[in-house]
Amino acid sequence: MRVLEPLVGLIKGLWTTLSSMFEKPVTIQYPEQKRPVRPRFRGRHVLKRYENGLEKCIGCALCAAACPADAIFVESAENTDEERYSPGDRYANTYEINMLRCIFCGFCEDACPTEAIVLGDNYELSFTDRRQAIYPKEMLLEPTASTNMLTPQKTAPSVFTRSVPEMKDPTD
Amino acid sequence: MNYGLIIEWLIKGLVLVFILLGGFAYLTLYERKALARIQVRIGPNRAGPWGILQPIADAIKLIFKEELMPAQADKLIFFLAPVVTLVPALVITAVVPWGPTLTVFGHTLTLYIADINVGVLYIMSVASIAVYGIVLAGWSSNNKYSMMGGLRSSAQMVSYEIALGLAFVSAILLAGTMRMVDIVEAQKTTWFVLLQPVGTAIFLIATLAEVNRAPFDMPEAEQELTAGYHVEYSGMKFALIFMAEYDKMIAISAIGATLFFGGYRGPFVDQFPWLGPIYIFLKIVVLLFGMIWVRATFPRIRYDRLMAFGWKVLLPLSLAVVFITAVGIILAQQVNALLIWLIPAASLLAGFVAIAMMYRTLRRKEYARA
Repeated sequence: MRVLEPLVGLIKGLWTTLSSMFEKPVTIQYPEQKRPVRPRFRGRHVLKRYENGLEKCIGCALCAAACPADAIFVESAENTDEERYSPGDRYANTYEINMLRCIFCGFCEDACPTEAIVLGDNYELSFTDRRQAIYPKEMLLEPTASTNMLTPQKTAPSVFTRSVPEMKDPTD
Repeated sequence: MNYGLIIEWLIKGLVLVFILLGGFAYLTLYERKALARIQVRIGPNRAGPWGILQPIADAIKLIFKEELMPAQADKLIFFLAPVVTLVPALVITAVVPWGPTLTVFGHTLTLYIADINVGVLYIMSVASIAVYGIVLAGWSSNNKYSMMGGLRSSAQMVSYEIALGLAFVSAILLAGTMRMVDIVEAQKTTWFVLLQPVGTAIFLIATLAEVNRAPFDMPEAEQELTAGYHVEYSGMKFALIFMAEYDKMIAISAIGATLFFGGYRGPFVDQFPWLGPIYIFLKIVVLLFGMIWVRATFPRIRYDRLMAFGWKVLLPLSLAVVFITAVGIILAQQVNALLIWLIPAASLLAGFVAIAMMYRTLRRKEYARA
């Protein structure tokens, strides 16, 4: 009965919606349940550390140069063996990211010579004040396993001379 | 003057109004939940267990919202329009019988407020007042979108009211009375939906247009008119318009249940009269689910198609249905009572012819486009 097509179409549509009522809801109850992010997800930045707790960031400001949104501000200072923050000569004594400007493109990650800045998996970046949008170094730094690994550290002289560590078999 | 009777009326009226207001609140939740389930979601579930406090949260939000009035608006009419839309939606339910006569402590209690002998006529006349509120709301806002919404609404309601009235006529003919209580009693053996399925279908379609529900929600088409006639309304004034819409849904479902689905009648209702309100409540819930279901399924139809469907399909079909019903009743009375079943057969045939004609027109349009 092709003549009944107008009616059959309507009934088919109604059946589709009715049958979808009995499917399991796809809702994720957000604040309680969180869906894990994808491996390549670009969330809030994290400043990484070496195993001994020294910061990977050497304050070169290449990330700030690469940043298309001009969201990163870096100011560097000299390391000493008495007060060592990172291997090599220099470290970032100010590292600020303006989360209102950041577009999460990940160019800073690519530009970093020591792989110090990494876009993590935190996407809950709410704030109530524009001033809170500027994330200082303390918020971005990865936490350490124990308190004696916090920077600055007192290190043996002429051990951490290279700012970029020697790699045995660099692949990329 | 019997003061006891006046007090009884007052109490019944207040109870009915409160039921409708509470019903509006929970109808919004019911709709949101049902729509969510159809869209494979959960729906509101934060405010209270299963979200049952959501309507209260919504009400509190609306009460505390700022009330804005456009500077160029016609202040008085802008203020009155929500009231004019809400009052008919509440008043219309006065003639609906919610149950059979109860005997409470030796006192006979009728579960309707007014037993008018032209109940159906009253419904038609009060239902058409509601459109004034919508048109005035659209006009007084002094906004082109709301104006368009109001105009569309009036055109649509006027067109579909004819088909709706003729669908009423088929029920009136079958019952032989306009009194709502007698219409329900006439459906003791067979519901009118069985005797007049096409009339019921026309009623259900026309009511969708009458209460501006999808797929006939042209007056408040979000995408084209942002919200139609109530663009400029906010706060409690908006809540009143919203309430009117949902109360109209409840009222029209109650009327549909009464006219075609046996009203408060159901199994064992004669032995246990208090089952009556439960039955009509269930029927209303089912009809409301139908409205929500249709909203979740069909896209909004184009405005000229809407008018064409109303005037070129529904109106002739409802005229044919009234004619068939009248002829069938005369045949049943004069020749054989079993001939009453000619009515559903002949009206289904008429419905089939209408669908076939629609199919032909649509095909021709397709060819014309190709």
